[in-house]
Amino acid sequence: MALKGIDIFKLSPKKNCRECGCPTCLSFCMKVAQGAVHPDRCPYFTKEAKAKIAESSEPAMRTITAGDGDTTYALGGETVLFRHEKAFVSPTRYAVCLSSAMSPEEADRKLEEMRRVDYVRIGERMFVEMVEIEDSTACAGDGHTNLQERYAELIQKAAKLKDRVLILTTHNTDLASKAVDYLLSTGNRNFILNGADFNNYAEMNALAVQAHIPLGVFGGNNDELYDTIALLEKLGNRNLLFNAPDTDVQSAFSTTVQFRRAAIKDGNRTCGYPSIVHVNKLAGADAHLEAALLSLFTVKYGSILIADRMTYALANPLYGLRQNIFSDPQKPMRVEPGIYPINGADENSILLTTTDFALTCFLVEGELERSGVPCNLVITDAGGYSVLTSWAAGKLSASSIASFVKENVEPKVKCRTLCIPGKVAVLKKDLEKKLPGWKIFTAPREAIQLGKFLKDMQRENN
Amino acid sequence: MPFISKSGKSASRICEVTVGTGDRAVTAGGESSLPFYTFDGKTPNRPRTGIEITDGGVADQPAVVQKYYDGCVSAADMARKASSFEGVDFICLALTGADPNGKNRPADELMETVRAVADATDLPLAVSGCDNAQIDAGLLRKAAQVLKGRNALMLSAREENYESVKKTAAPEFGQNIGAESADDINLAKQLNILLLQAEVPENKIIMQPGTAACGYGFEYVISTIDRIRLAALQQSDKTLQMPVITPVAQEAWSVREAAATQDEMPEWGSQEERGIDMEVETAAAVLAAGSDAVILKHPESVRTIAAMTAALTQGGQ
Ligand code: B12
Ligand code: SF4
Repeated sequence: MALKGIDIFKLSPKKNCRECGCPTCLSFCMKVAQGAVHPDRCPYFTKEAKAKIAESSEPAMRTITAGDGDTTYALGGETVLFRHEKAFVSPTRYAVCLSSAMSPEEADRKLEEMRRVDYVRIGERMFVEMVEIEDSTACAGDGHTNLQERYAELIQKAAKLKDRVLILTTHNTDLASKAVDYLLSTGNRNFILNGADFNNYAEMNALAVQAHIPLGVFGGNNDELYDTIALLEKLGNRNLLFNAPDTDVQSAFSTTVQFRRAAIKDGNRTCGYPSIVHVNKLAGADAHLEAALLSLFTVKYGSILIADRMTYALANPLYGLRQNIFSDPQKPMRVEPGIYPINGADENSILLTTTDFALTCFLVEGELERSGVPCNLVITDAGGYSVLTSWAAGKLSASSIASFVKENVEPKVKCRTLCIPGKVAVLKKDLEKKLPGWKIFTAPREAIQLGKFLKDMQRENN
Repeated sequence: MPFISKSGKSASRICEVTVGTGDRAVTAGGESSLPFYTFDGKTPNRPRTGIEITDGGVADQPAVVQKYYDGCVSAADMARKASSFEGVDFICLALTGADPNGKNRPADELMETVRAVADATDLPLAVSGCDNAQIDAGLLRKAAQVLKGRNALMLSAREENYESVKKTAAPEFGQNIGAESADDINLAKQLNILLLQAEVPENKIIMQPGTAACGYGFEYVISTIDRIRLAALQQSDKTLQMPVITPVAQEAWSVREAAATQDEMPEWGSQEERGIDMEVETAAAVLAAGSDAVILKHPESVRTIAAMTAALTQGGQ
């Protein structure tokens, strides 16, 4: 919790010597509390006092950096509970779980499936950023006695995926130590150690600190989790994450929400760490419930979500949701108006128009590219809104399109055929009046129907 | 040192609105906390899950949904079957066939369908129109007459047609009203005020403050619901304390990720899986923001969301 002026005054030298440029220590302290001057301006504060002040001015929720080099992700660092209050800053990251209970073939299949999900959506690469390697005691009786060996094999396998952060989940300090040593010996610092608990926290702490990597903390209940974090903080480690309970959905949700809220609203720093939610465990074998829970915890405060697998079915809505939720409410995503040639279009190619909302452009452009038909996409200034929103707001009209076309399109292209989005078919008549010499066509309502539409048009013209 | 969670109790609660009659009536709302914050307050009713059918019957459904309605043809057949699907709290009959740019079916014909559906099931009913304010106003008024005594939900009254739709809540029909506005807390509030001033009782109004599919301007949907809920609970704004409903089905199944067939997008895999996941992920997110009810198309989506909300509200009832 940020210190008040009066609290800082209690720590001050109380000399009133004015060397800081303030008439009294009290007035200096008031300014420090507001952040208007740096405590260093007074030469007489003790080291301990300065450390206390510095700590109190940090944000309540820490930013934890996971990974190394090109695969570095900021987690946490949030300052609000609702995105409309300012913005969410560190997008949720997704991990697929590989466990030592799986056969090597099964692990390979999971990795292979996961790697197939890799695409770009409005300028952002969408893929599974992390892989959890879970030490599972569940398979102790399945005939494969050497669990430790299998864990080590899994780590070697996953470490080859250079572009994913590994999450080593184990409560066994021996296993953890071997795994950390192995990875460090190959020059790999691209991982998180996840397994500190009330019994092993000191050893786990030493391992994580030595490797300069974040440490994930577990607790049997909220009190134990909280206490263990506090103990690690006492050891000087604030490079932490916490694991939400994996026993049932309600407990996981309640810990994740309550810790986030205690940090941000009550300034309780011991709760101010990113969360790891084991959605795979919460969902059991119910794949659709897993999809629903991935979405729930993306909206409500999950920093790393662990899934059983990743497919396009799961990923498409999930990554779209994340991109939406972690956007800045103050800055609509816009595209520069202009003429964009697609598929090698020239001045004779057919024209289509849409708005300057990044999402709309991205979808329309994608479909036009897939159609393979050369065409020019005319993006007009519509205030950065979707088709119907800009139309309802009066920012997309026959006049706005016509004047853009006259000024920017007519001088540059010879083609005089323009297709308008199906959702604003009502503009057609008016546009024909305002753009003499042009043929106006109503395109389909959804971009997905564009390929067929364009090919039909091509056929009719030939 | 124990973990102390102190913030969060709220002085107010969301109104309860009951739809349907008899044993199978369902109540939405009533919670005195943010969604699923069972550590802050009570959630007497888990959020409600409805299934959408249309006047066109099975032929209108996405191909991957049709197989669940084996042996059905008409909307009434579907209603009968859907009543036994796991997790279905209510049935929403969408009269999309009324669209003048589509099938342009006459109101009288549609009312036959409404009657047949009502006869086929004793589950609570919702009726929605074809997204044309003027036509919908007429349809909803006629449907309110047909459904007299069923305490149904009429979706929806909008600023352009509420004068007409509000009459469906009059004692002679006694239906509930959805109040639909476009992704803006002020518009939602304004419409509620208009309805309250028209003497529609607060426990007969369910808000519908905007919907979209995940990835499609959806952040506005979430933020609007977030803000409505905060105003209702923390600022005790009585004009925003009505439950919220989000019709997810039509949005989710019309975006490319759900609508593209496997032939069109082989690398995306099964269309059915994509449709279900788009539907459940969109529903889960609006429920996390504060919706008290969702309308879905796929029986598996309904089962999943009902299971999720049950798990999240355990003990709160
Ligand atoms: C998010 C949203 C907003 C956001 C704006 C977000 C943005 N940047 O645009 C906010 C909250 C600001 C907003 C405001 C308003 N909104 Co609004 N909004 C929506 C919402 C939920 C999603 C819009 C979206 O992002 N769609 C996704 C994009 C990608 O869709 P799209 O641009 O249409 O593109 C698709 C197709 O059109 C096609 N396409 C696009 N271009 C082209 C071109 C060609 C050639 C072809 C073939 C196809 C094609 O491809 C895309 C994919 O298929 C919709 C409801 C909905 N579910 O759609 C309402 C909606 C668009 N809004 C609506 C309204 C009324 C408004 C307001 C006027 C409300 C008010 N009275 O204040 C204001 C207007 C703005 C203002 N006054 O400042 C109405 C419009 C009603 C109508 N039929 O006219 C809608 C439909 C909601 C409703 N059902 O009432 N809105
Ligand atoms: S320099 Fe330090 S001791 Fe001197 S007045 Fe300023 S705060 Fe007080």
